[in-house]
Amino acid sequence: MEIDPFIFRLSIFILSIFIGYYVVWSVTPSLHTPLMSVTNAISSVIIVGAIIAALAGDSFNIFNTANIFGFLAIILAAVNIFGGFLVTQRMLAMYKKKKKDK
Amino acid sequence: MSANLLAIFYLISGILFILALRGLSSPETSRQGNLFGILGMAIAIVVTFLSVGNFSIGFLYVLGFLVIGGSVGAFIAYKIPMTAMPELVAGFHSLVGLAAVFVAISAFLNPEVFNLGSPGDIKIASLIEMSLGAAIGAITFTGSIIAFLKLRGIMSGSPITFTGQHFLNLFLGLFLLGIIFYLCKTQTDSWFWTIIVISFLLGILLIIPIGGADMPVVISMLNSYSGWAAAGIGFTLENTALIITGALVGSSGAILSYIMCKGMNRSFFNVILGGFGATDQSTSQTDKEQKPVKSGNADDAAFLMKNASSVIIVPGYGMAVAQAQHALREMVDGLKKNGVKVTYAIHPVAGRMPGHMNVLLAEANVPYDEVFELEEINNDFANCDVAYVIGANDVTNPVAKTDPQSPIYGMPILDVEKSKSVLFVKRSLSPGYAGIDNDLFYRDNTLMLFADAKKMTEDIVKNL
Repeated sequence: MEIDPFIFRLSIFILSIFIGYYVVWSVTPSLHTPLMSVTNAISSVIIVGAIIAALAGDSFNIFNTANIFGFLAIILAAVNIFGGFLVTQRMLAMYKKKKKDK
Repeated sequence: MSANLLAIFYLISGILFILALRGLSSPETSRQGNLFGILGMAIAIVVTFLSVGNFSIGFLYVLGFLVIGGSVGAFIAYKIPMTAMPELVAGFHSLVGLAAVFVAISAFLNPEVFNLGSPGDIKIASLIEMSLGAAIGAITFTGSIIAFLKLRGIMSGSPITFTGQHFLNLFLGLFLLGIIFYLCKTQTDSWFWTIIVISFLLGILLIIPIGGADMPVVISMLNSYSGWAAAGIGFTLENTALIITGALVGSSGAILSYIMCKGMNRSFFNVILGGFGATDQSTSQTDKEQKPVKSGNADDAAFLMKNASSVIIVPGYGMAVAQAQHALREMVDGLKKNGVKVTYAIHPVAGRMPGHMNVLLAEANVPYDEVFELEEINNDFANCDVAYVIGANDVTNPVAKTDPQSPIYGMPILDVEKSKSVLFVKRSLSPGYAGIDNDLFYRDNTLMLFADAKKMTEDIVKNL
């Protein structure tokens, strides 16, 4: 009897929820804002779907409805990827330890 | 590129995302973690290009749009003031939600590209996955827009409620499930569009009853939704990177919502059903008798703190509104010169998003090892000479421990009242978000400093 590939993906999904659970509990509360901005950035990996959607079709036509939605999604996701990672970087750069000689 | 190799690369970028979150367990490793995240994203994008293998004019278009979106994002990231971080995150969530909706639409219109069948004959499982992805994405989109408008102050932060609200939401939710069922049966386009329209509506209805100070829960919740939407699309596209990321983000947002609810001793349902603080306001105003209040000026405050041996600062949302963090840091520098030991105490729900106060203090160059969470510092109040409360209110109210009738009863609070004296910077005696009077105002050891938080702190600096 063969296992449906869906079950494999479901397994990955559920295991990842557990990983997420343990990893996020170990995030220090003072970094919860960067946590939100970085999760925001990584969830924009949805851009891979957008790229496939945008380049769909044998003879490429930008005015195909399905492609247009792909391109729109690329723009939105790109704003998020660059904005999310850069703003996280900017925030994290501000977290400094106490200087000893003061 | 073979499908197997592609899957392995997606797995690698998923692992890099896990490491990005892992890095946030301490500020030292966090910067490296962020680089892992960027690397993971770069890998995912590059291998997707290679897998499509289409380097025609379309490729240039994609690159062009990527640069346009990227420049907009980078511009925002550099320009945004740190006090506006909650709005920014809400705004970004809405974009992820809408992107998920667009990808789902594209997959629905053009299922062959994703190997999901043909239009009118899409695999049932894929149809369910993409409907769920689109629905959650649409709810995230409009919900985040409402949250953004409330945080930005364009829309009033007070809850909007009407009779039958919860039944309407419940009905729409069930209706949505019914339509997904019919979509699977009939494969009709119009049902798919209906799902999206109803979800847009539901997103608005879910967030309007929730008041301003509950926004930390709302933002975390929408964070979680954007993850589940991504995961739904990940199942449709059979993409491991998306499934892993969606699960990570989904559970991250859920944990943050849980932490925020616990910080207020309220259940998640109590928060999302909304209306908190809207009803109690009238009662507290009527039975408010004139109780004696001691008030002072910047000179008194400076004198008290200068002669103290330890001071604990309790910042809240008011500090963010007044942009007082830099003045505060100056004041603390002045105190340290006088040999005063200064620490900061942060309540889990201070501000408008998780960790909001920590970011603002970090921006003002406050070292993070002087900033403590509630459990770490609460016992220290008893031994401290002065507590300087700036822009916080409900989270210091002792009523939470004494009055079972109070709406905030049981909420963990900072034990500010135990310190020898309390300096409370506030513009007036008006109640906080919970709509109740703060008992602390009338205590003998409390000195009220009636002024704008920034103005008062600057005046204290002058008097030190």
